[in-house]
Amino acid sequence: MELLNEILQTVLSGISIGCVYGLVALGFVLIFKATEVINFAQGELLMLGAFISYSLIGLLHFPYWAALAVTVIVMGLLGTLLERTVLRSLVGEPVYAIVIVTIGLSYFLRSMVSMIPGWGTDTYGFQTPFAEKFIRTGKLVISWEYLAIILITTALIFLLFSFFRYTRVGTAMRATSQNQLAAVYMGISVTRVFSLTWTIAAALGGIGGILLSPITFVHMNMGFIGLKAFPAAVLGGFGSLPGAIVGGLIIGITESLAGFYLPEGWKDIAAWIILIGVLIIRPQGLFGIQEKKKV
Amino acid sequence: MPLLKVRNIETYYGPIMAIKGVSFDVEQGAIVTILGANGAGKTTILKTISGVMDPEKGSIEFMGQPIEGLPPDRIVRLGISQVPEGREVFHDLTVKENLMMGAYPRKDRDGIKKDLQMVYGYFPILGERTAQLAGDMSGGQQQMVVIARALMARPKLMLLDEPSLGLSPLLVKEIYAIIKRINTEQKTTILLVEQNAPMALSTASHGFVLELGRIVMDDSCDALLANEDVKEFYLGIKEEGVRGERRWKRKKKWR
Ligand SMILES: Nc1ncnc2c1ncn2[C@@H]1O[C@H](COP(=O)(O)OP(=O)(O)O)[C@@H](O)[C@H]1O
Ligand SMILES: [Mg+2]
Repeated sequence: MELLNEILQTVLSGISIGCVYGLVALGFVLIFKATEVINFAQGELLMLGAFISYSLIGLLHFPYWAALAVTVIVMGLLGTLLERTVLRSLVGEPVYAIVIVTIGLSYFLRSMVSMIPGWGTDTYGFQTPFAEKFIRTGKLVISWEYLAIILITTALIFLLFSFFRYTRVGTAMRATSQNQLAAVYMGISVTRVFSLTWTIAAALGGIGGILLSPITFVHMNMGFIGLKAFPAAVLGGFGSLPGAIVGGLIIGITESLAGFYLPEGWKDIAAWIILIGVLIIRPQGLFGIQEKKKV
Repeated sequence: MPLLKVRNIETYYGPIMAIKGVSFDVEQGAIVTILGANGAGKTTILKTISGVMDPEKGSIEFMGQPIEGLPPDRIVRLGISQVPEGREVFHDLTVKENLMMGAYPRKDRDGIKKDLQMVYGYFPILGERTAQLAGDMSGGQQQMVVIARALMARPKLMLLDEPSLGLSPLLVKEIYAIIKRINTEQKTTILLVEQNAPMALSTASHGFVLELGRIVMDDSCDALLANEDVKEFYLGIKEEGVRGERRWKRKKKWR
C-alpha cells in the first residue's frame, strides 16, 4: 500500500507536469502546422504568462480564476501583436531565417523580463486555491495542486478540440494547414489564420505559465521547459495535436519516475532517451503520418 | 457590359513574363473557354484574375469594378471562385467540411443548407459520402468535390482550370455535362481553361487560343471547331503535306 501510494503520487505529479509539457508542445505544433515555422520562443511565452499571473495574483491580489482569464487574454493579444509586428514582415523569407528570429525573440523576452521593475531575475511564487489541499481515500493521498493542472488542461484540450472540429474558423485553420493555396481560393485570409494561430499558441503559453508556477515557481529561466516540450512534440509526431499531449504525458511520467527511482541526473535526460528510443522504432513519431502536405 | 473585362494584362514569375498582354471579355451567363497547350499560361491568367498573382500591367474589371491587385479573399467575396487544376481538395477534411469551406465567406445559414442540397443534386455521390475524407476519394470524385466546393460560394463567375486533366473520357463527359447544367440552371458564368479542346469547344460558346502568353485566336466555338489550324494543332486532325513546314507557316499566320 505504501509503495502503491508512492508510485501513484509519482505518476500523478508526472502527469501534471506532462500536461504542461503537452501545452507547450501544442504551441509548437500549432504554429508549425500553420506556418512551418518552429517557434523557439514558445517556452518564453510560458515564462511571460507566469510573470503576468504572478503580478496579477501576487501584487494586484486578483482572484486565481480572474488572473487566469486575464493572463490568457493578455498573452493572446501579445501573440497577435508579435505576429503583426515581427512574423508578418518575414512572410516569404526562408523558414530557417524565421526560426532564427524566434530564437532571437526568446532571448529578447528573457532580457525584457529581467529588466522590468518588480520582475527581474529573482524567483517568485503566488497563492493558488489548490495549495495544501488534498483528497484522501484510505491511504491514498492526492494533491489538488496536481489534480487542478490535470483538470484545467483536460478542459482546455476539450475546448481546443471542439474549436478545430466544429467551428467554421477552426475548420478553416485545419484547411489552411492542409492546402494553403486551396484555402486562398475559398476566400480564407491566410494572414488572419496565421495571426490567430499565434494568438492561440501564446494564450496556451500563458495558461501553461500559470499552471506551472506553483510547481517550479516563477523565474526568468522557466522557458527552458521548451527543452522538454520540444521532444514531447517530436515524440507525438510533430504535426499531431493529440500527439503533442500524449508526448508531453509520456515524458512527464517517465521523468517523474526516473527522478524518484533512478540516480541523480537521469531525470533531465529521460525525455531525450525516450525520444531517441521511440524515433529508432517509429521515425515518424507516435501519431505521425507521412503527410501529403500541399502548399 | 461584359461580366469580366480583361485588358492588356502582363504577369511575371520573377523575371519571366508568362502573360504578355492578354485582353478578353466574358459575357454574363456564358461559358467561355481559353485553349492552350501545357505551359501556355492558362493557369497564370486564372491566378491573375482571382488575385493570387498580381499583374504588372493591365486592368481587370468585374461587374464594372476594377479588381486587379485586390487580395484573393476580397475577390472571392465579390463573386469569383476558382476551381484550381489538379483537384486541390482538403485531404484531411470530410466531403461536407470541404463543401462548407467553399461557403466560408457566407453568413446565410439557410441559403448554405439549400445549396448543399443543390450541390448533392448535381453530384449525388457526394451526398452519399458526406463523412468520407476527401483524400480517400478517387480522382473523379475529388474533381467533383472541388467543383461542388466552388459552387458553395454561389459565385457569379466560376474559373475552371482543366477539369478534364487525368480523368477517363467517360468521367470527363459526365463532368462536362454537369458543368453545362450548372451554367444553364444556376446561371453561373464560366471561364473554362483547357487542353482538351474537343470537350471545351463543344461546351463553350466562345473561345480563345492562347500560345506562349498571347491570345492568337478569338472566335465563336463553332468557328474554332471549323478552323483548319485548330483542327490540326488542337483537335489532332492532320492534313496531307510536309508537316514541319505546315506547322511553321500556320504559326506564322497566327501572329
Ligand atoms: N511558379 C512558377 N515559377 C516560374 N515560372 C512558372 C511558374 N509557374 C508557371 N511558370 C511558367 O509560366 C508559364 C505559364 O505557366 P502556366 O500558367 O502554369 O501554364 P498552363 O496553365 O497553360 O499550363 C510556363 O512557361 C511556366 O513554365
Ligand atoms: Mg495550368
